[in-house]
Amino acid sequence: MDMPAEGASGHTEAAGRLPEEQETYEGLSVPAGMVCDVAEREVLIRARGLTKVFGQFRAVDGIDFELTRGEVFGFLGPNGAGKSSTMRMIGCVSPPSGGELRIFGLDPVNDGPSIRARLGAVPQEDTLDVELTVRENLLIYGRYFGLRRDVIKERTARLLDFVQLAERADDQVEPLSGGMKRRLTIARSLISEPEILLLDEPTTGLDPQARHVVWDRLYRLKQQGVTLVLTTHYMDEAEQLCDRLVVMDRGKIAAEGSPRELIAAHSTPEVLELRFRIDEQEQAVEKLADLPDVRIEVLADRILVYTADGDAALADVGRCGLEPLTSLIRRSSLEDVFLRLTGRRLED
Amino acid sequence: MPELTVPTLRELPLRILPPALLRTGRYGLGGRGSAHLVERHARVYRRTWGVLISGFVEPLFYLLSIGIGLGKLVGTVTGPGGHVIGFTSFVAPALLATSAMNGAVLDSTFNVFFRLKYAKLYDSTLATPMRADEIALGEIGWALIRGSLYATAFMAVMLALGLVHSAWALLDVPVAILIGFAFAGAGMAGTTFMRSWQHFEFITLSTLPMFLFSTTFYPLGVYPRPVQMFIEVTPLYQGIVLLRGLTLGIVGPGLLPRVGYLVIMGIAGLIVAGRRIQRLLLA
Ligand SMILES: Nc1ncnc2c1ncn2[C@@H]1O[C@H](COP(=O)(O)OP(=O)(O)O)[C@@H](O)[C@H]1O
Ligand SMILES: [Mg+2]
Repeated sequence: MDMPAEGASGHTEAAGRLPEEQETYEGLSVPAGMVCDVAEREVLIRARGLTKVFGQFRAVDGIDFELTRGEVFGFLGPNGAGKSSTMRMIGCVSPPSGGELRIFGLDPVNDGPSIRARLGAVPQEDTLDVELTVRENLLIYGRYFGLRRDVIKERTARLLDFVQLAERADDQVEPLSGGMKRRLTIARSLISEPEILLLDEPTTGLDPQARHVVWDRLYRLKQQGVTLVLTTHYMDEAEQLCDRLVVMDRGKIAAEGSPRELIAAHSTPEVLELRFRIDEQEQAVEKLADLPDVRIEVLADRILVYTADGDAALADVGRCGLEPLTSLIRRSSLEDVFLRLTGRRLED
Repeated sequence: MPELTVPTLRELPLRILPPALLRTGRYGLGGRGSAHLVERHARVYRRTWGVLISGFVEPLFYLLSIGIGLGKLVGTVTGPGGHVIGFTSFVAPALLATSAMNGAVLDSTFNVFFRLKYAKLYDSTLATPMRADEIALGEIGWALIRGSLYATAFMAVMLALGLVHSAWALLDVPVAILIGFAFAGAGMAGTTFMRSWQHFEFITLSTLPMFLFSTTFYPLGVYPRPVQMFIEVTPLYQGIVLLRGLTLGIVGPGLLPRVGYLVIMGIAGLIVAGRRIQRLLLA
């Protein structure tokens, strides 16, 4: 695997050097806090050459990654990248077609129920029980985990407060808005106090306001030290929430690192966005290509000029005799990383 | 939060099978988790308990109209072992068997299909420690709990009408549950192969003739021998022979193979259903 991000690779390798200790520790299932030394960089999920094949189609094509306790780890990629397929394998609801996957040191095919007992899952599509009320959704889901009713009751009160649904506790699920359903699904996934929370596109399909509420809740979970794995095709979501992420495209991992590391490794500090009149765009592309120390990407409606210094680049553009309709200097984002790595845009 | 109305019945699925049978390797025949699914259904039906009534009144209407009404015209028939008995006494156990079949089939087919394909209930269930075989046993267990309520109510009516002729009839309700088990298992297994609602025609196509021809209303003797042989191997016939024998007190070791037939049918259905759900949803 290409590992541009030195910091991240050093981090995971350190954990990788302790496989025996790790396995013994998992086997004994000693609570995390008891082995302080290991808890620092305790690997919860390890995937090597993980593959998912549907018929002839390789939805996930040999990916390697590791998840450490306490971190927020993301899969960033466009639709069809294989994010959900990966999440379903991690969630033990889809057996891997090949490669190795260990969760808590256990094998998802043979130990599915014991692994799932320690996971919380928010699938891409909400699977709430529409024949039950909001509160009953948490109750019954908790019962599936074998939790006692009084334990569930106490947690339900807390969780419904946390996701701001306390007032709707005795309502049916169907009339809830998309954002509320999403929050309820998140509350439901937390009823078992999971060690890892899996979130498959937690905010896709929500309006901006509802997204911000969900983000806010996820951010709080992150601050409480909950280990999160999330997939998204929103680069702002990945950038804000993830400590570390992999960029996924066509079943493969294109790059790995923290958002900052990825941007440093695959993009320039600044981006100059230029719009030209349609009939001038082609000519502009030719001239811009000759500028020193820049790389350009041509999109349908604008040209991106990657540079260390946006102001200097804009001055250069003027000196070539180009007159853009609009110009904008901004910092690089994960969107730029994705464009660089795959030649395509993330959203749409 | 109000407590569950049937706390003791919740654990029923656990008692149907001895614990040693409950788990073999990766697949099992259900387990603790089954009770949680039963609890979920109990919660849903607590609000819509009205639908539970139909399962009881339907066989009752048959009993009153055909059993008693027609009984006035027919008088007596030749029952098991050549005993001449009243028509109503002849028909009542068969209606009990039929209602056990119908209730189990309804629960394990239409309702399961809906939960499997539309409500996606099992998708969320399987994201928890619950296993596919626990879902299968939970569904069957729920069907049996409902079935046992219907059977008990129907038995009470039979008793009131003087249609119970032997202490062996104490076994009627357990046997009705066994009949339900066999049909719920088979029904649920079959449902996992269905792609659309049209396929449910097959169910009506198999249960209705069984109801009409499995000696429900007249003895086997009226058919030509080849037809008799066919009827003798159908599952509802086993149930009717068992319940009729017990209710009339005409009991012999010949009934035991019929019990075995229904037990095997139910367990086979349970295994197939669990594995199919595993294959359909954990792919
Ligand atoms: N059950 C399935 N059967 C066949 N193809 C599938 C199935 N699930 C996913 N795929 C295909 O695998 C690819 C990756 O899908 P998915 O993992 O859902 O991607 P993402 O979540 O990144 O959008 C897609 O091309 C999708 O059509
Ligand atoms: Mg997806």
